[in-house]
Amino acid sequence: MDVFNNLWMGFGVAVSLQNLFYCFIGVLLGTLIGVLPGIGSVATIAMLLPITFNLNPVSALIMLAGIYYGAQYGGSTTSILVNIPGEATSVVTCLDGYQMARQGRAGSALATAALGSFFAGCVATLIIAVAAPPLAEVALKFGPSEYFSLMVFGLIAATVLAHGSLLKAIAMVVWGLLFGLIGTDVNSGVLRFTFDIPELSDGIGFVIVAMGMFGTTEIILNLEMKEKREVFTSNVKNLWPTREDFKRLWPAVLRGTALGSMLGILPGGGALLSSFGAYTVEKKLSNHPEQFGKGAIEGVAGPESANNAGAQTSFIPMLTLGIPGNAVMALMIGALMIQGIAPGPQVMAEKPQLFWGLIASMWVGNLMLVVLNLPLIGMWVKLLTVPYRYLFPSILVFMAIGVFSLSNNPFDVLVMAVFGIVGYVCAKLECEPAPMILGFILGPLMEENLRRAMLLSRGDPTVFFTKPISAVFMIASVVLLVAVALPAIRKKREEAFAAEEA
Amino acid sequence: MKIKGPKDFWAGLMFIGSGLFFAIWAVMNYQMGSAVRMGPAYFPAVLGGLLVVLGLAIFLGSLVIRGPSVPHFIFRPLIMISLACVLYGYLMRPLGLVGATAALVYVGALGGHEFRWKEVTILFVVLAIFSWAVFLKVLGLPFPLWPDAFS
Repeated sequence: MDVFNNLWMGFGVAVSLQNLFYCFIGVLLGTLIGVLPGIGSVATIAMLLPITFNLNPVSALIMLAGIYYGAQYGGSTTSILVNIPGEATSVVTCLDGYQMARQGRAGSALATAALGSFFAGCVATLIIAVAAPPLAEVALKFGPSEYFSLMVFGLIAATVLAHGSLLKAIAMVVWGLLFGLIGTDVNSGVLRFTFDIPELSDGIGFVIVAMGMFGTTEIILNLEMKEKREVFTSNVKNLWPTREDFKRLWPAVLRGTALGSMLGILPGGGALLSSFGAYTVEKKLSNHPEQFGKGAIEGVAGPESANNAGAQTSFIPMLTLGIPGNAVMALMIGALMIQGIAPGPQVMAEKPQLFWGLIASMWVGNLMLVVLNLPLIGMWVKLLTVPYRYLFPSILVFMAIGVFSLSNNPFDVLVMAVFGIVGYVCAKLECEPAPMILGFILGPLMEENLRRAMLLSRGDPTVFFTKPISAVFMIASVVLLVAVALPAIRKKREEAFAAEEA
Repeated sequence: MKIKGPKDFWAGLMFIGSGLFFAIWAVMNYQMGSAVRMGPAYFPAVLGGLLVVLGLAIFLGSLVIRGPSVPHFIFRPLIMISLACVLYGYLMRPLGLVGATAALVYVGALGGHEFRWKEVTILFVVLAIFSWAVFLKVLGLPFPLWPDAFS
């Protein structure tokens, strides 16, 4: 079996002493920062990205992936113990996890999250190993028009699946695409939107934008709120769930894993949608739905497995097509580009070590999470009791030094601050930052492919609908848009009429 | 004209404004080209136009559909945190890692709920030592540690 041979080779790469070390550091740092309330995985990865610049590509990617799971897991710990979601994906974990903690079952909630995530991680790793190669094969046949349509589909799907207003999400994507165009135009060499600022001629680094919109914005918003936290520190014992708990949690873990693996592959899906979906499913299927929100263990097991499965399978579009499905994958693509690797289907053929090493390291990373976190829970709990007034200046130092060290240029830090303010305004106006980051990353790629496609078709825009694969993506995008827009329009109209009558 | 959804009203204006800016700036300064051979202005002009249309739709919607009001801006954390980052960047060369960290920690802490000199000073010392150990010693970043005048 090819898959097993390849996985074997991957494990050879992943368990080299050096890569194990980086995986370990990644998981540890990711958990450490992910546990801190109010810092999501995007900000965590953006913050730690500069550390990986000096590593070789394989180690860098392995470490980043480790940071990603670590941050996710850290977020769950925070949700369970403090009722503050460390990030959006663990919002639903708060519902039942925190209630379990209040009933003195924090230990089993944490263990459930860890074991569920580990199981989901194992399955998702296998899915990637099996599904990625054929997908990459198909993707190799893609021309510019197929790529353009795929990106349109990806961006539309990302906005459709995001919560909040559809129109605003699409506007944010377009805005991001425009920001992405700042810098030198590759075709003509013309400097666009640089306003004679030399630092802008290479464009704005996506790390800087992500740090601003996900990092500084978060800190500013957190500081607006009064600090009140109730941490359950004393009663984190009895880590192992009881036999009764096991009986209830394993079907939830299975369902969560299945749902998460499927949703993760969708662009814009990933971990967030998976955890929400899994919670709904568990509540619907449960024999005692009334326990949900009051400490039902399925309410922790399902979403936690789902978000980990989703987090992993969202690597599939990134690895095979070079298209990021969510903001974290956008960062991963950026990291690859910094390492001098153009993401896309050719990576698997040209750099099998990197590809299979990364996949194997996902499994290793998940194992480390369990091994590392169950004994270290006490330490994370301590960390949670540190007041925010100590935390935020420390986080700020790491972000500022991280951005500064990108090119030792103070201008980058200025741009981060500017995007922090942009992110703040967007948050106040309920405009989601994640679609914008996607647009930002894809902007230059989209333009490049559009230009090539139009050149090849001699200016005939129907090419996107006459080539079969491209047409499928385009039609899927339209269907998706219409499907979501219709109920939304109806609802809005109803609201408007209701307002009129009132 | 009555604003029913303030969030959408301002968001719409923001998108219309940026769309117009990108589109007009592109058309005025760069070559448009044709659909076959797109110039540097083509894609941004199209996107800018699209952003204006989307912005208009959101804007017009805000006149019809009732929506939540915009939460108040609280300027203290916004200004202090942004300023702290900028100071850090621009003070790194002249004042070194120690000076820049001091600026960031003290100014940043002003954005918090309370400011206690003793606490903030301890935090500064700890962070400065940590940054020195991790970023200068372990990661070997080429920043000066002390202000120019001292070395």
